[in-house]
Amino acid sequence: MGTRIAEHPILGVPEKGKLVSFTYDGCTLQGYEGEPVAMALKAAGVMVHRYTAKKHQPRGIFCAIGRCTDCVMVVDGVPNVRTCMTPLVEGMKVETQYGVTDIPFDDVDGKGGGAA
Amino acid sequence: MKRYDLIVVGAGPAGMSAAIEAAKHGVSVVVFDENTRPGGQLFKQIHKFFGSKEHRAKVRGFVIGQELLDEAAKLGVEVELDSTVIGLYQDKEVVVRKGSEVNHYKGDAIVVATGAAENMVTFEGWTLPGVIGAGAAQTMMNLHGVKPGERVLMLGTGNVGLVVSYQLKQAGCDVVALVDAAPHVGGYGVHAAKVARTGVPFYLSHTIKRAEGTDHVTGVTIQEVDSHFQFIPGTEKHFDVDTICVAVGLSPMSQLFKMDGCNVVDDRKRGGQVPVVDDLGETSIPGIFAAGDVSGIEEASSAMIEGRISGLAAASYLGYISEDEMKEGVGANEHALDGLRQGMFAPKNRGKKIEETEEGIPVSKSLLLHGYVADDEIERFPGVTHRVGIHPVIECTQNIPCNPCQDVCPKHCIKVGDHITALPQLEPDATCIGCGLCVASCPGQAIFLVNEETEPGYAEVTFPYEFLPLPEKGQKGTALGRSGEPVCEAEVTGVKRTKAFDHTAIVTVKVPRDMAMKARFFKAADAVAEA
Repeated sequence: MGTRIAEHPILGVPEKGKLVSFTYDGCTLQGYEGEPVAMALKAAGVMVHRYTAKKHQPRGIFCAIGRCTDCVMVVDGVPNVRTCMTPLVEGMKVETQYGVTDIPFDDVDGKGGGAA
Repeated sequence: MKRYDLIVVGAGPAGMSAAIEAAKHGVSVVVFDENTRPGGQLFKQIHKFFGSKEHRAKVRGFVIGQELLDEAAKLGVEVELDSTVIGLYQDKEVVVRKGSEVNHYKGDAIVVATGAAENMVTFEGWTLPGVIGAGAAQTMMNLHGVKPGERVLMLGTGNVGLVVSYQLKQAGCDVVALVDAAPHVGGYGVHAAKVARTGVPFYLSHTIKRAEGTDHVTGVTIQEVDSHFQFIPGTEKHFDVDTICVAVGLSPMSQLFKMDGCNVVDDRKRGGQVPVVDDLGETSIPGIFAAGDVSGIEEASSAMIEGRISGLAAASYLGYISEDEMKEGVGANEHALDGLRQGMFAPKNRGKKIEETEEGIPVSKSLLLHGYVADDEIERFPGVTHRVGIHPVIECTQNIPCNPCQDVCPKHCIKVGDHITALPQLEPDATCIGCGLCVASCPGQAIFLVNEETEPGYAEVTFPYEFLPLPEKGQKGTALGRSGEPVCEAEVTGVKRTKAFDHTAIVTVKVPRDMAMKARFFKAADAVAEA
């Protein structure tokens, strides 16, 4: 978790909730309960949240305040969840979104994410 | 359908201020906000605010935010969070989505204080993960304690670009360059100067050519532009970065007004599509008010005052206070607002090229081109003088509405006067005791204490320091000039932190005498070696 600020000259040591586990594409990661899912992913070094439907281009955090929808992922099976606005909960299942599904384009044959 | 006297949309500085002012007079108020926390962007503002006492100058934004929330709670203002207002209809009907539920509410008056959204520019690779808005950077580092990146390039030298660059350095990120297509720095010179002296280079008349990387940003190429913003061939410059931050202005989020049929105009000076409002913020529909950035992009300080004015106006519209009472309250607020709208950066001066200060002094060209006042320009400003013994050197060179330096000095050494945008100067007979309060209090970090001869051949310079690790007494290193270039060797002779300084440390370094008016920052020896 190299990108967490240990101590800030103005804000001091950041106050954090309980450390919880969640899965990201099947891997177990940890983050702080209640922080946006996007922050837990950022702290774990995850940059790509989804790939676009038509051109399969990567997208990640852009506005971080729920405006742009670039950071949407499949969370607990629900696609298009704005990870920057969604508080992290223990055991959450977070998956990269391909088009509008969690099925990578390569695995899809004429249906699922690639078709959108 | 639930009914309220007043419905406020947005729990940021303007909305909360409106709710507070109305609730004070007995109005039943609810505030809806789509976020999980109230306070809008105030909690990301960790710098000290400009202005005078009545504007809460020298207090950090997040502290002002907490005070607003406390005041609202005391008055029993209801704040509904995670509640997105998705509609504003005829007869002041408000539609709110909370989770998967949609509810309708009826207000007898409405204050819309939805704020603004960030603008964006497009360039090759602009959609790559790692290209983020400056607001996103603030959200990550100041709210959630997560660094946006290790090496960052900032596009935009308005106040947001400058302040966020400084905050990135405070969070421990390396800012490799500040870039702007405009030929001049857009924000306050003092904000630019405090970044420049740490060694961040400014590239004016440059913009991003492309962001590089396959799955995320690994580099960026910038290029110089001519006066028509066309790329000049052969002027590309490359930087290895993992993050590109974009701070190219804000646009009012005024969609609700259009939905409701209020008159809306396109006003470039106010930042885009804005409702037509009168002095009280009332739109073309009686009882619907606009406050804060949604009616014209300004600062949080002015948003709070506009909020108070619209809250009073709503209370009067609803019959809770007489028109005379309303006018009395509004008068005091208008005076405060007028104070903030003075000076070189006033809304009325947007887009104007200013050559001289109000005092008739030519402005610093270097400040506008490179982000710092050049050594051969600084002495022409009234706060910069030579004296025997310790004294403040005030490198405040633009007329902005701000005067904490005058209020904070226990010996009354510094004078701004009644005209709040005047450049501060030293009172000729007052004696500086070297307490450092002015250094720590100046929101622009533009005040230094200088003692031009502490021992034969040596001088001492004291400056504000808001980074970690803090230098230690006896530590040796390099003094940096206003440009961020090393000017001489330096030794730390004092580090002072007190409660009154509010997390701004003041650091004193010993330098050769001829460097007294040049040395303005310190880099420890090991840090220099790293760079």
